[in-house]
Amino acid sequence: MTPEELYEMLKKVQEPNGYFFNKNKEWVLTILKDLLINKERYGYMCCPCRLAAGNREKDRDIMCPCVYREADVKEYGSCYCNLYVSQDWNEGRVENQYVPERRPPDKAFL
Amino acid sequence: MPHKVKIFTLSTCSHCKAAKKFLADNNIEFDSVDVDLLAGKEREDIIEEVVKFNPNRSFPTIIIGDKIIIGFQEKTIREALNI
Repeated sequence: MTPEELYEMLKKVQEPNGYFFNKNKEWVLTILKDLLINKERYGYMCCPCRLAAGNREKDRDIMCPCVYREADVKEYGSCYCNLYVSQDWNEGRVENQYVPERRPPDKAFL
Repeated sequence: MPHKVKIFTLSTCSHCKAAKKFLADNNIEFDSVDVDLLAGKEREDIIEEVVKFNPNRSFPTIIIGDKIIIGFQEKTIREALNI
């Protein structure tokens, strides 16, 4: 699958739920390419912005879309990676600020 | 005296790529390491080092002199570098 194909596939599923791709398509396609790299590496699309444990159970909360997306888009208008955003974020009605890591440190694999 | 800059990154992380591009575009010399590409003891040691700077163990973790910057926060990085 190419990043473009993944883009079209996910867009259809995610937009009706209120999760839009960042309007910077180059940014989005780079992240989708990295998601495909992670799929190849780990067998699942682990968040490319986070260090994967490489274990499906340990990485369950950071499989894209991660469980933190909902709260991050609600609070900041964007997910941690700036992949999925709200319409307001894309249209500049909310400040495009840095999204801090919401994942609890004890979830992170050491 | 230029600041010593070290950046801990992931090879797949867009914020990490953006941070490295920002440093390079501003002619800042830096050391970087893609933690996800390491294995075994080398990986464990580097993760231990990252956690000392950033208990949340998120990326990029950027060290500029004695300042620690979590994430690609351009304004904070500019301030730390006086640029």
